[in-house]
Amino acid sequence: MAEWIDACATDDIDEEDLIRFDHGDRTFAIYRSPNDEYFCTDGLCTHEQVHLEDGLVMDYVIECPKHNGQFDYRTGEAKRAPVCVNLGTYPVKVEGDRVFVEI
Amino acid sequence: MTKRDYSLLGPDAERAVETGLATAEWYHTDIPRKEMKALMQRSDKPAIRDAIILFGSMIVLAGIGIALWPSWWSAPFWLAYGVLYGSAMDSRWHECGHGTAFKTPWMNNVVYQIASFCMVRNPVTWRWSHARHHTDTIIVGRDPEIVAMRPPALFRIFLNFFGIIDALTGWKRMLLNAAGRLDTEEVTYIPEQEQHKVVSVARIWVLIYMATIVVAVAMQSILPLMVIGLPRLYGAWHHVMTGIMQHAGLAENVLDHRLNSRTVYMNPISRFIYWNMNYHVEHHMFPMVPYHRLPELHEKIKHDLPAPNASILDAYKEIWPALKRQLRYEDFFIKRELPGSAQPYREDLHEQALSVPAE
Repeated sequence: MAEWIDACATDDIDEEDLIRFDHGDRTFAIYRSPNDEYFCTDGLCTHEQVHLEDGLVMDYVIECPKHNGQFDYRTGEAKRAPVCVNLGTYPVKVEGDRVFVEI
Repeated sequence: MTKRDYSLLGPDAERAVETGLATAEWYHTDIPRKEMKALMQRSDKPAIRDAIILFGSMIVLAGIGIALWPSWWSAPFWLAYGVLYGSAMDSRWHECGHGTAFKTPWMNNVVYQIASFCMVRNPVTWRWSHARHHTDTIIVGRDPEIVAMRPPALFRIFLNFFGIIDALTGWKRMLLNAAGRLDTEEVTYIPEQEQHKVVSVARIWVLIYMATIVVAVAMQSILPLMVIGLPRLYGAWHHVMTGIMQHAGLAENVLDHRLNSRTVYMNPISRFIYWNMNYHVEHHMFPMVPYHRLPELHEKIKHDLPAPNASILDAYKEIWPALKRQLRYEDFFIKRELPGSAQPYREDLHEQALSVPAE
């Protein structure tokens, strides 16, 4: 059953950037948008399972560091080849200066 | 001596998967996240400037070539136009395929489609082939873009200086795809949901070539083919010359781009044609960095890389003897020396490849 997990502090992530978040045996990516919103997706690219933590955030797009595939990190939608399969996304809430992810 | 099978369906492909060389973790030089973020930032400006210079030069050169045709005075203009069509388009295909040249996605796509047509590389097929090249760089049986195999097919490479093998293969493949079929190797790396696009593009290209040939027949002249099609042959030499330098003679089956890729300093004209891909170790290690930031990336990480070759000539002084030696002894390769400040090679990953004598 999903539960809210305290993942990081709001200022752990720079504006228009992401960090890696590991929980149990799973890995995630948490994003801070240019408009100061927070989002969470699976951490590994659906193309060849490379972690997105070293990727580039541009507006609402995350680009994979290995093959330049792109996803909309709000919806997980695959936007640019070579990625074809969408990323999983997870609800996020901010309480005070903490970011919580429902996983 | 080990016999290699470079096909994607052969025993070396299976062995690469079994030994963990396929889809593996590669070495990266440490760079602080803030610096890397700055280097990865996209910009339209440099690529728009370069596109104006490139396409503007092509229009002017082809225009003069047409005006002087059929005089031999047109030859130098065709040779220059050919290099832009048959070689500069190789690097535009490459950079726009990565999506890093322009910030605006549609600009990358437009130039990618034009460059793919000029190079006779199906834009769908080759996007996937190049992704595999980055996943499994110079891993035998996995990388579909190994130019200098062992033993090196020197006659084939020589013919490709005139585009003969690559372009003919591209045109043959175009006809196969236009007939609604894919090559058996293509099927291994193009996802099923993308395969119909390969066919659609091939059919559009066939129509363009047919229109060009019809005009040539109507004019009773090869002039239309001097503009479209033939420059892929008579202008190919520069991209083959620079392409060979990327990996030839270096180690295979290693997980460190410092071992299997080559950075070469070169003159500004060649760098414009090649769009800075002479910083090839840097490009493979960090494919997110746009071509116009590669010189900066090079400065930041060169303490961790082998010394670059000083020039094109210097690179060939290293490559040519290595290729000749591989004709007789195909296990031979050039082992790159790292500076004292560099992180060491992952010997555990490279034990098998590096245990073979190298110089």
